[in-house]
Amino acid sequence: MSESIINEQEEAIKVDYEKGNFSFPEDYTYDAGTGLSEETVAYISKVKNEDEWIKEFRLKALEIFNKKPMPTHWASKDLENIIFENIRYYLSKGQKPSRTWDEVPDDVKETFERLGIPEQERKFLAGVEAQFDSEAAYSRMKEDLEKEGVIFVGSSEGLEKYPEIFRPYFGKVIPSADNKFSALNSAVFSGGSFIYVPKGVKLKQPLQAYFRINAENFGQFERTLIIADEGAEITYMEGCTAPKFETATLHSAVVELVALKNAKIQYITVQNWSNNVFNLVTKRAHAEENAEVKWIDCNIGSRLTMKYPGVVLKGRKARGEVLSIALANDGQHQDTGAKMIHLADETTSNIISKSISIGKGRSTYRGQVHMPKHLKNCKNNTECDALLINTNSRTDTYPAITTRGEGNTVQHEASVSKVSAEQIFYMMQRGLSEGEAMSLAVNGFVNDLLKAFPMEYSVELKRLIDMEMEGSVG
Amino acid sequence: MQSLEITNLNVSIGGQPILKDFSLNIPKGEIHALMGPNGTGKSTLAKVIAGHEDYEVTSGEILLNGESILGNEPDEISLAGLFLAFQYPLEIPGVSIANFIRAAKQARLPENESINAVEYYKELYDKMDALKIDRKFTARSLNEGFSGGEKKRCEVLQMSMLEPEYCLMDETDSGLDIDALRIVADGVNLMRSQERGFLIITHYQRLLDYIVPDVVHVMYDGKIVHSGDAELAKELETKGYDWVKDSFVSSTAQ
Repeated sequence: MSESIINEQEEAIKVDYEKGNFSFPEDYTYDAGTGLSEETVAYISKVKNEDEWIKEFRLKALEIFNKKPMPTHWASKDLENIIFENIRYYLSKGQKPSRTWDEVPDDVKETFERLGIPEQERKFLAGVEAQFDSEAAYSRMKEDLEKEGVIFVGSSEGLEKYPEIFRPYFGKVIPSADNKFSALNSAVFSGGSFIYVPKGVKLKQPLQAYFRINAENFGQFERTLIIADEGAEITYMEGCTAPKFETATLHSAVVELVALKNAKIQYITVQNWSNNVFNLVTKRAHAEENAEVKWIDCNIGSRLTMKYPGVVLKGRKARGEVLSIALANDGQHQDTGAKMIHLADETTSNIISKSISIGKGRSTYRGQVHMPKHLKNCKNNTECDALLINTNSRTDTYPAITTRGEGNTVQHEASVSKVSAEQIFYMMQRGLSEGEAMSLAVNGFVNDLLKAFPMEYSVELKRLIDMEMEGSVG
Repeated sequence: MQSLEITNLNVSIGGQPILKDFSLNIPKGEIHALMGPNGTGKSTLAKVIAGHEDYEVTSGEILLNGESILGNEPDEISLAGLFLAFQYPLEIPGVSIANFIRAAKQARLPENESINAVEYYKELYDKMDALKIDRKFTARSLNEGFSGGEKKRCEVLQMSMLEPEYCLMDETDSGLDIDALRIVADGVNLMRSQERGFLIITHYQRLLDYIVPDVVHVMYDGKIVHSGDAELAKELETKGYDWVKDSFVSSTAQ
């Protein structure tokens, strides 16, 4: 464990969240009210017209949630500031997701237009789902994919229409009891994407989901399950924003991925939450024989993010990868990392994590790599690099690596660097403003990782980083 | 008025005076060499002119084409036409040479204009060829893992790409072998023009064999103690800095 805390006073940093910082007046048909009880759960289940087994699943999860303590013995004490009684757990306009943008209610449509979603769909996406608070407002996939048997629906529709496909995996990769927040999600989940890609079908373009919080005090609990059947390939991208409210907002998703033999799943997240969102997300994948799962995770914004995407490498030669970038600005804590659980011979995993702390921002890396004794020829590579922008920025690294067995290798490298005043002076001497110089240094720091991202997302990410760095110098 | 003019400049760092009533005028079209022993304030001078904030300017004036630049931000001074080739260029990981110079050139354009990529790369490659820098270098991170000589050539490349009115070169010759020295000198000579002034800070005379200066100044203990033509550099080389101390410092002190 290495820890570096540098504490000096420097001027605070301004953050620009203008792109996502707007909201429309509330107009909901279904509202579960504030607070969480069996009645809340029953209400959600009733509105969704769910089968009995789903309702039972929810109630069981609620019981687990109520029993489990907050993980504050190892995680941030800030978690105690989440007031579960004040949160609204379900809000919807009560309509099915539209298949054309014209049918989407005006305020919702305008929201997504301002976020550029329809434009991206036209340009490079195979399908889009746009979720507004609890439910998807728009969901559409290209017709040829439908003909090939690809399923791309919301969680309720997935469980209702295709139980034979989704039920065997639902809650299996991440059981309700995995942690307090997976239990919470299992109790009140709504929205998210359920995707099935049949044997041998390879999606050339990504599917995208966009999650938008519009209402104050609202908790968003989407549930995503992606199954790539043997030899199938899919790239899924998710984006998230919320306006800046006075009170804290909670986003707690569960994402389960299943890559069967020879399948490939790439899951990309770019979140840009406003800085009072608690973002507590559980993401895990199962990779069967020779399957490959890659998590690309970019965490910008939020008050506290806790997220450690994992891959359970269950089959021989399975491969897992987590590439992550976290940017912690003033008043933000990015507590992120990765988990690689090796359960078969010749499995390989790769973790590259880059974090940037600005002002009093704090970033934490937690990694877990597990290789039991009986396995042979497994490999892990972990690199975590932290960049501190100001002298009062902070970063911590907590790697947990257990390796046993013959021919298993683990490689771990960690570095902490600073943008020095001399580097900034050098760049400014060439005519760049202080902000441009900072931006360039930060972009340089993440540059090799950005190259691994799809073009559209690396451009978007660069723009977000530039925005964060604007005026971030004191 | 077309000059870089420094008048009675007093600079200290941590209360310790470094420059003492330093004065120097470099008109456009001239190359001035500034020589002197270590620790006499040459590099401090270069950084103060470029706007480094660590130094305390207690009195004096620095005028660029008649306008004061004292107290200006380093980027403002750069955009006003002054370039500093660093003695120890900084490494900027992940930022390629091509992107860095492009950003610096972009900073010189009005907001609604952007660089023509084709023309930019043509110019960049031509100038790299002239400095015998491998074209593959464009994709490398700025100065990262470069040898001393590569860093210095990269400084001259940036200087020629940004076409400043005044060039300060801080010990650009240090760490260069004789071939690299010649290449760098050729690069500077190509830039020599009636529209441009140079201040070449150096320890040794050998660079001045290739870049023949109009004026040579000898600096000692924070100020210029003697000036002359190119021959002065050679005299200094044979007689050493003790000669400076004995002949000029004691006399000015009397």
